[in-house]
Amino acid sequence: MDAFTTHTGTAAPLRRSNVDTDQIIPAEYLKRITRTGFEDGLFVAWRTNEPDFVLNQPQYAGASILVAGPDFGTGSSREHANWALLDGGFRVVISPRFADIFRNNSTKAGLLTVVLPEADVEALWAAVEADPALPVTVDLQAEQVTYGDVTVPFQIDPYTRWRLLEGLDDVGLTERHLDDITAFEAQRPAWLPRSLPALPA
Amino acid sequence: MGQTLAQKVYESHVVRRTAGEPDLLYIDLHLVHEVTSPQAFDGLRAAGRRVRRPDLTMATEDHNVPTLDILSPIADPVSRAQVEALRRNAAEFGIRLAPMGDRDQGIVHVIGPQLGLTQPGMTIVCGDSHTSTHGAFGALAFGIGTSEVEHVLATQTLPQYPAKQMSVTVDGELPAGVSAKDVILAVIAEIGTGGGQGHVIEYRGSAIEALSMEARMTICNMSIEAGARAGLIAPDQTTFDFLQGRPHAPQGADWDAAVAHWSTLRTDPDAVFDREVHIDAASLTPYVTWGTNPGQGLPIGASVPDPAQIADENERRAAESALAYMGLTAGTPLREIEVDTVFLGSCTNGRIEDLRVAAALLAGKHVDPNTRMLVVPGSVGVKQQAEAEGLDRVFIDAGAEWRGAGCSMCLGMNPDQLKPGERSASTSNRNFQGRQGKGGRTHLVSPAVAAATALTGRLTAPADLEMAGV
Repeated sequence: MDAFTTHTGTAAPLRRSNVDTDQIIPAEYLKRITRTGFEDGLFVAWRTNEPDFVLNQPQYAGASILVAGPDFGTGSSREHANWALLDGGFRVVISPRFADIFRNNSTKAGLLTVVLPEADVEALWAAVEADPALPVTVDLQAEQVTYGDVTVPFQIDPYTRWRLLEGLDDVGLTERHLDDITAFEAQRPAWLPRSLPALPA
Repeated sequence: MGQTLAQKVYESHVVRRTAGEPDLLYIDLHLVHEVTSPQAFDGLRAAGRRVRRPDLTMATEDHNVPTLDILSPIADPVSRAQVEALRRNAAEFGIRLAPMGDRDQGIVHVIGPQLGLTQPGMTIVCGDSHTSTHGAFGALAFGIGTSEVEHVLATQTLPQYPAKQMSVTVDGELPAGVSAKDVILAVIAEIGTGGGQGHVIEYRGSAIEALSMEARMTICNMSIEAGARAGLIAPDQTTFDFLQGRPHAPQGADWDAAVAHWSTLRTDPDAVFDREVHIDAASLTPYVTWGTNPGQGLPIGASVPDPAQIADENERRAAESALAYMGLTAGTPLREIEVDTVFLGSCTNGRIEDLRVAAALLAGKHVDPNTRMLVVPGSVGVKQQAEAEGLDRVFIDAGAEWRGAGCSMCLGMNPDQLKPGERSASTSNRNFQGRQGKGGRTHLVSPAVAAATALTGRLTAPADLEMAGV
């Protein structure tokens, strides 16, 4: 995972709530067994069917910060949604509320999710619609979003922030505690089920 | 202060707790399917890691599988390659796999309980958001992404923070024709798709206690549609009776020890929930969705809402775009909406009880000539049981299609899909745009409403059939 410290780019205003992961990338793109190259599936239905969809508008073509309405990333647990956003050039998604699994997947994939109150999202929408070239800076170190003369603080749990800043892989961190895992396993009740061997019905 | 059921299960699985870091939580069962696992196995290979506990891991093929010609190779080369990747990975890492054609194959959330691998008090994860289904047994079960699948494969643990606690209490008696599906659709309509965000939901109350295990699974399954990663129900005699004698359930003295432990898995009287929701069972009617998120549902007697009447701007905009996508006009009675397809199946409603309810309504009758009905058992086990009970004949004689087991028309990853503009009444869990096929329009319904709708060709409650003399 790439480290995330601070990012400056332009923002795309996605004025929609309840953007589910089926919209971010439909299931037919999930048949692939690779981890990259999902940009062709990103919002493909809206890009195909809605000529004025925000990501079809040339002024937002280079956007790297997506600003969405509440309940972004609901539905399926597909991490392909996070990969597609990264592959499509996004490093940050800002929304008043994220679905839990999407947000969690983002921290593993290196996509920063920033929760801002609805009023701040509205203000940011208005600002980038007025000036699509407006630079927006998302500073994870300082925990703030800055554009024009506006600075909005955001919160993120310190551990996730540290992992993102360092670009650390969770599995490697957990493997430092293998002794704890082995000790835990030694005291699990014997009657807990095992999938092996397969037992007859 | 007392603990909730979810807190008890969580706390008993904490491997390591250190200030300033997430807890390391032990995972008792990891369910795997072909869609969200290939990149995780690639990650293991790239790092030279093995699967720590193949004996706590179980894989099956479900999302991509066709429900016709299930013994032939999959025709779609991309789907076939994904299924073949799972077979290679399962063989290489020593994981048990129930492939197409196997007696244990089926939707991952149907086979866990069927095999007795899902038990009270366990932690269960899967790279699938409907893992919440297993909460019906009093397990803490939740969906994860592919990076976490890799983490669990490698370490049998996950870094986690404790969730907030929500209770949904459903008291009273459900009216005839009103089912678990209607309860959960009503809950989601009430609290919204983000209402459970950050929470685990415990479903409680006399109406929940009266439900079968199949019905409890339907409710817990759709916790994710209410925004909660996990939903659960305290285990009781209904749970124990369902489990006893299943292949992987404990036996003899182990059974007694397990039941003694399971019986302690209840929320303490003095436990505190962060949020409490109360629903009066007697007030519920069959629910159907009209929009493109699961929170956009109403009693079947209602009409398509008018977005202009919705005060919240986000909600209003969502309703406008939903009506445009669904091809619906505000004010149209829901009962007048005609459908092309009825889908009975999925991890929400593809179990034997769901098939029985639908078959009872269809027996001796015929599906509307302009409507196609697809009946897809959730697993090979469900299919065999239904056939032993003669339900397959009931469906076939009624003009429905009787298929092989899989996720089928719940999502557009296999040949069972809606065509653009087609409209379905579906017992699945998501009415998202394009979910059942590009341009497809989905109304989420219960198995009873699905069967009644198949008979009339428009959204219909079971009680309507008697009045209409169908």
